[in-house]
Amino acid sequence: MNWNWSTLDDFLPAFGHGLLVTLQALVLGTLIAFALGLVWALAQRSPLRAVRWPVTAVTEFIRNTPLLVQLFFFFYVLPEWGLTLSAMATGVIGLGLHYSTYTAEVYRAGIDGVPVGQWEAATALSLPRSRTWTAVVLPQALRRVAPALGNYVIAMLKDSPMLMTIGVLEMLGQARQYGSRTFHMNEPIVAVGIAFILVAYPASLLLRALERRLAR
Amino acid sequence: MPADTALPNPAGAAPAGGRELIRLDQVTKRFGGTTVLDRLDFTVDPGKHVTLIGPSGSGKTTILRLLMTLTKPDEGTITVDGEQLFPASEKERREARKKIGMVFQQFNLFPNMTVLRNITEAPVTVLGLSRDEAEVRARELLDLVGLADKCDARPTQLSGGQQQRVAIARALAMRPRVLLLDEVTSALDPELVAGVLDLLRDIARSTDITMLCVTHEMNFARDISDQVLMFDAGRVIESGPPEKLFGDPEQERTREFLSAVL
Ligand SMILES: Nc1ncnc2c1ncn2[C@@H]1O[C@H](COP(=O)(O)OP(=O)(O)OP(=O)(O)O)[C@@H](O)[C@H]1O
Ligand SMILES: [Mg+2]
Repeated sequence: MNWNWSTLDDFLPAFGHGLLVTLQALVLGTLIAFALGLVWALAQRSPLRAVRWPVTAVTEFIRNTPLLVQLFFFFYVLPEWGLTLSAMATGVIGLGLHYSTYTAEVYRAGIDGVPVGQWEAATALSLPRSRTWTAVVLPQALRRVAPALGNYVIAMLKDSPMLMTIGVLEMLGQARQYGSRTFHMNEPIVAVGIAFILVAYPASLLLRALERRLAR
Repeated sequence: MPADTALPNPAGAAPAGGRELIRLDQVTKRFGGTTVLDRLDFTVDPGKHVTLIGPSGSGKTTILRLLMTLTKPDEGTITVDGEQLFPASEKERREARKKIGMVFQQFNLFPNMTVLRNITEAPVTVLGLSRDEAEVRARELLDLVGLADKCDARPTQLSGGQQQRVAIARALAMRPRVLLLDEVTSALDPELVAGVLDLLRDIARSTDITMLCVTHEMNFARDISDQVLMFDAGRVIESGPPEKLFGDPEQERTREFLSAVL
């Protein structure tokens, strides 16, 4: 294999940009996935069938179609309906929306895992529903599912190169662009691969710290 | 407190006048096809301590759960202190429910909160006490239950007996008119039972709170009860002051039950 350290040096600035974009996409995608997933999970417990059914249909649909198809849809089809977003915004929303259907399932399991006695104690104390959710059920559910949510963040990280296909220059996009410009592919690709490990591993450590915090 | 002012008509119609604190009228509860409570009537006067005894599956827990609004009756009316729990709007039910507190067999403390927070949470969010007021009240109650030093502990760091004391303090912090106790010592290690029962005796003696307990601790029932109701198959088959019911029961079924548990 051809390997040239100076190529790596040359790639570094572009790589830096790519890394930043990957992290941005990950953070924003995570925020969307965490927030929207909770909305789905709560909506699926609504007493109103008119709320539950559409939400179930939409989340099942999104979860069972490929992220790549969704990204293409948002990027190429939505503008035809007058909704034009930047590649980055499209990518972040696509990623967050896709993963929100997974986090919804995680939340749901976490909420179901809170013993019924907790709900009953809250009723016995006359706590309002909203307070029962925010002070009793969700804190316990979240603690339970923090590791599972964390796994999806890492999965999102590993899916983030798909954003390249709609023109987001995250790490892999930068590597490919660099490669097609200079015909040096080895160094950039290896560098990106290593970078993924270097991001994913600290991320998993961070998540473990979060888990400990929530468990306190 | 005189023990012989028990209700004259536990299994019949409730007395007119409505002085009673709890009133069940023709309450029927079914689970699927089985009728667990069959047109049950009974009343409890303010300040009385009433114990429900009876064989497993006779419907004792179901009555407490109905009063706590954890389950709904299929028919009949339930009132507490003149306010209707069933039938009632959700809003009315929320108001009436504040008069009732419950202690569970499995404690059901909130594991995500400290002991102190378990006790202050509802007074602050439901009764609108300031955090300071609620904490003063909570500390007094923790003192009463002998756990003044456990404010900042987590429920999981406590023994079962300690957890149950906290649960009692938590229920009392809402200043309910009625305290429902469903076999509150049956999940405890044997050596921890006496402490919790002593605490409840203490509360029964020193407060005017109305108590409705389900228990298999017959000595405890004898000590604190003004009235004992013997249930069988969703009906009150006999009731009376504890001396009478434990000492000289009228029903053969009661005798059988008592000889099995005593
Ligand atoms: N959620 C439920 N679904 C179906 N059946 C139920 C439910 N809760 C109670 N039952 C049934 O109702 C009957 C009365 O139950 P309940 O718990 O009130 O009895 P209990 O007198 O408290 O008995 P124990 O002494 O064993 O606690 C039982 O036959 C029980 O199986
Ligand atoms: Mg029971």
